[in-house]
Amino acid sequence: MDQAWASASEIAQAVNAGTISAKSVIDEALAVITARNPLLNAFTAVTDARARARAQVLDSQRAQGQALGPLAGVPFAVKNLFDVKGIATLAGSKINRDLPPASRDSPLIERLEAAGGILVGALNMGEYAYDFTGENMHYGPSRNPHDLNRMTGGSSGGSGGAVGGGLVPLALGSDTNGSIRVPSSLCGIFGLKPTYGRLPRNRTFPFVASLDHLGPFARSVRDLALAYDAMQGADPEDPVCVARPAEPAAALLERGADGLRIAVAGGYFQKGLFPEAHVALDRVAAALHANTEVDIPQAALARSAAYLISTVEGASLHLDRIRKRAKDFDPAVRDRFIAAAMVPGTLAVKAQKFRRLFQAELMKLFERVDVILAPATPCTAPQIGQKTFQVGGVEMPVRANLGLYTQPISFIGLPVVAVPIPLEPLPIGIQIIAAPWREDAALRVAYALEKMRVAAAPRPEF
Amino acid sequence: MTRDPLDDFIDAAARALALPVEPDWKPAVAANLRATLEHAACVEALTLPDDAEPAPVFKA
Repeated sequence: MDQAWASASEIAQAVNAGTISAKSVIDEALAVITARNPLLNAFTAVTDARARARAQVLDSQRAQGQALGPLAGVPFAVKNLFDVKGIATLAGSKINRDLPPASRDSPLIERLEAAGGILVGALNMGEYAYDFTGENMHYGPSRNPHDLNRMTGGSSGGSGGAVGGGLVPLALGSDTNGSIRVPSSLCGIFGLKPTYGRLPRNRTFPFVASLDHLGPFARSVRDLALAYDAMQGADPEDPVCVARPAEPAAALLERGADGLRIAVAGGYFQKGLFPEAHVALDRVAAALHANTEVDIPQAALARSAAYLISTVEGASLHLDRIRKRAKDFDPAVRDRFIAAAMVPGTLAVKAQKFRRLFQAELMKLFERVDVILAPATPCTAPQIGQKTFQVGGVEMPVRANLGLYTQPISFIGLPVVAVPIPLEPLPIGIQIIAAPWREDAALRVAYALEKMRVAAAPRPEF
Repeated sequence: MTRDPLDDFIDAAARALALPVEPDWKPAVAANLRATLEHAACVEALTLPDDAEPAPVFKA
């Protein structure tokens, strides 16, 4: 098995069958991380002792004839806003180094480990998740595995780099406005942002409670579904996570796109696209015979409302830190929060009212279609340090606008799979968007695209 | 150099809210505030019924 590019399901099958030990999987994974992380800067902590101990437990359980679970021996890593027992939850910041070490893992880590997974570390991210670039002044930028001088996208930049660069087959990240889908697009991997309220968020460092989601990254759709299935279910400590029975998706993948009505998002979602995004969208639409274009009404307004809610709630969360430790922030984040603290709260309340109306409009659309296709980013990965880009002839800051097409969708919590289209020289992602609680539909379409080889995670050269 | 029209507002808000804004931070704060207010203007222009409920609903 070529472990640096093996899928989570291949590793789990081999470990369950006893053809490879969890110990040898982890030894190899830690060696790859040691070799490649200096290039990619994806990890901020490697939990090697914990990972080796866990592998030993799994190997003895197998020796005793116990079943190990669908992710047996699979190394995974988490964005460093997830609580990892014994480590301070940095959330990409310098300030959080002063927090006490977390006393318990996040529920999603516990659930992946209960399915046999092995945590190998915590991953770099944009400070306090207010970022679409993957850059970080305290820990250095996450680097794109397809071109080390380019951005991973953010804020889950280390998650994108670690999975796209073959350091781990599986990672977790968060997505408030696009922070799973943007790095998936720029790093050429699959990412799932589930429905708002599907997965518990307790014991993670928040950004915008109204919009925060957590989800997995992988190099195959099956791996995304396996991780997603292992993580479903309510947690009493998260009031947003709904008490809804788990709806496993992995067993449904083979159904593919059969019977699903698929349309392409027009209007807002096709304005300002770079040529490569058009090529990718056309390729996906042609493969799925998606000949209908739908207009998502008021998408620009949805983006503005999401922007407002994010900045006001984010500033509220960090107000005390801004007052006391302004110079310890990344200036790019600090200056956004200071500006946001001056914005009247009346506007954010109105944005929350519009959110409900926008959702009602979109639900009408989902009476006619099951899945909507839209670009994930306007372009492939910009250069690290690039401050602006031209979108539709207008010069815009990269940091705030790489998520132009993701932001209106997460605004109402729709489930999305970002699929990588392996263009040369750089990949780019397309969003497969479904109705609330229909992650299965988005995953099935993503799986169909993967089987047709339209979507694939390209392997970088190292 | 022309004074940014938002500077007076930023100075006053920073004083009222006890926010630390050093002089060389001000252009970036103003740029961010301007971008936020542009988005806010779009939302503000929307006419909503008086009984429109905000999306988050608290249940006692």
